[in-house]
Amino acid sequence: MKLLTANFVQCTVKSCASSKDCFPLHFDQQSAEMPLELAHEDVDFNVEFIANILPRIEWRALITTTRELGNNQLPEEKPDIVNPHAEENLQLLKDLHTLLLETQIVQGSMRCANCGHIYFIRDSIPNFLLPGHLVQ
Amino acid sequence: MRDYVILLAQKHESFRKSELESLAVLFNINVDLSSHSEQSPLLFVTLESEIDAKKLIQRSILARSIYEVWGVASTFADLHKSVKANTHYEWYNYKECSFKFDIISFQHTRTKEEQRDIIESFAYINFEGPIRMKKPDQVFTVIEEYEISKESSERSELKTVCFGRLVADSQRDIIDKYDLKKRKYIGTTSFDAELALISANIGLCDKGKIAYDPFAGTGSFLVAASHFGALALGSDIDGRQIRGKSKNNITTNYAQYSLSSYFLDTFIGDFTHNPIRQNFLIDAIVCDPPYGVREGLKVLGSKNAERYADRLPTLLQNGDMSHLRPDYIPPKKPYHFDALLDDLLFFAALHLTDNGRLCCWMPTANEEYGERNIPQHPDLLLVSNCVQEFSKWSRRLLVYVRRPRKDLSSHHNVTKMTRVYTEQFRDKYFRGFSKLESKAI
Repeated sequence: MKLLTANFVQCTVKSCASSKDCFPLHFDQQSAEMPLELAHEDVDFNVEFIANILPRIEWRALITTTRELGNNQLPEEKPDIVNPHAEENLQLLKDLHTLLLETQIVQGSMRCANCGHIYFIRDSIPNFLLPGHLVQ
Repeated sequence: MRDYVILLAQKHESFRKSELESLAVLFNINVDLSSHSEQSPLLFVTLESEIDAKKLIQRSILARSIYEVWGVASTFADLHKSVKANTHYEWYNYKECSFKFDIISFQHTRTKEEQRDIIESFAYINFEGPIRMKKPDQVFTVIEEYEISKESSERSELKTVCFGRLVADSQRDIIDKYDLKKRKYIGTTSFDAELALISANIGLCDKGKIAYDPFAGTGSFLVAASHFGALALGSDIDGRQIRGKSKNNITTNYAQYSLSSYFLDTFIGDFTHNPIRQNFLIDAIVCDPPYGVREGLKVLGSKNAERYADRLPTLLQNGDMSHLRPDYIPPKKPYHFDALLDDLLFFAALHLTDNGRLCCWMPTANEEYGERNIPQHPDLLLVSNCVQEFSKWSRRLLVYVRRPRKDLSSHHNVTKMTRVYTEQFRDKYFRGFSKLESKAI
């Protein structure tokens, strides 16, 4: 699961939808059976995509996620990019590209802060299915 | 402004106009496609520039090419008059270029001698440049459309003959690259490559956009969306299809097509318990929801409503919670297809960007189809409904556009339509589409 995806998934238990704590899911409690594993994957830089996705990112949630994964590099404020093709913005967009699209969470667990349910990521694929007792 | 003629493939005719309309929207081209006829391979249009002509055709799967019209008539004699009158002033532009001629005949064949005679009948244009069969500067094409004679079905008569200068070819040839027979990872539900590409075109999948397929299976629509430059997100309730095998799965398909940079993610999930956060916007949703025929239509939940009434996890004999075991498979229950479509429209209204598109395939039993069977949502505008016919049933590509949010006068919350669900498609399919016996009153 790319780090970007962590910025747009929330808990799927229906009663959590009304709580702000259902998003983002947290990486702060990993299990011994499924230890956290990150990997770098090369992805071609696509300036239109990064420029288009930036407005859709929840910045505070992204900071939470990246800090839980051991990265403290993000600025407190979301960068305001008027011209994505301008020279001065290129490096920032490339850094965001590397962080969001080239950081692969190969294995690990994500926790809902509202209900405590744990979702697993295995072979880079997260599983959002719920057991019978959590389905409404 | 100039006249152009689009040469179309005589395949999936009911999708042709829709695909071109979508491409016109994508490239902001003002074009009148109303003279389109499913019976004819020719579509005459007026466009502002050659640049627009190229843009309109270059991504098309159902068009073959576009030509600048030099003359059009219903006889060759009139064609030559038309060419001389319309284009005489520009012949000198093409005096020196390398060129070749092409003859395309629809519902008719020409011998080599006849083709040579036709070419020579244009000698008055006086091309002086070299003839080059491979990569000439210009290709001049005679397109003749014959129709079956009204008097005798054994004869065909010339209906239209057109002479044009080739401006651009379409992307129709790309179908071969994505042919399922050549794809490494496919399954019983993998969607036809040609129609998947057409669906992605109509969905306006493009660079910089996110496309989502909630019923991704083996990823046919993901690959199609990514081909046009969108980053594709896919999910499915079936973990086995999403994971594939270690050497053969959706990501290896992406590697096979050198599209890996356009793969966003896949996840295992039930569409009716979707993890995508409420305010996240998606540019396109392109999918073929499960009809419940080849694959069961299931969602999370237990068939037995009472089973989890206490909302407690199931404990195994040793006290472990069953759902924390690695081999745990969550229970699923059957779901009505029409309910799934309503959920899909609700999801699309919530998550699509303004003017974003939902393209979804829906099966219909032929004798019972009516406009009222098409699902609707107040925030979505149905712009297209193209049919692919089989013998006893058909499937339709429904295309909805998300109405811009600020245009809606009432600030209502997106709500789910409530409907009474009657007999669904899979039940009609399994009873062979025969009429239900009416009960005696």
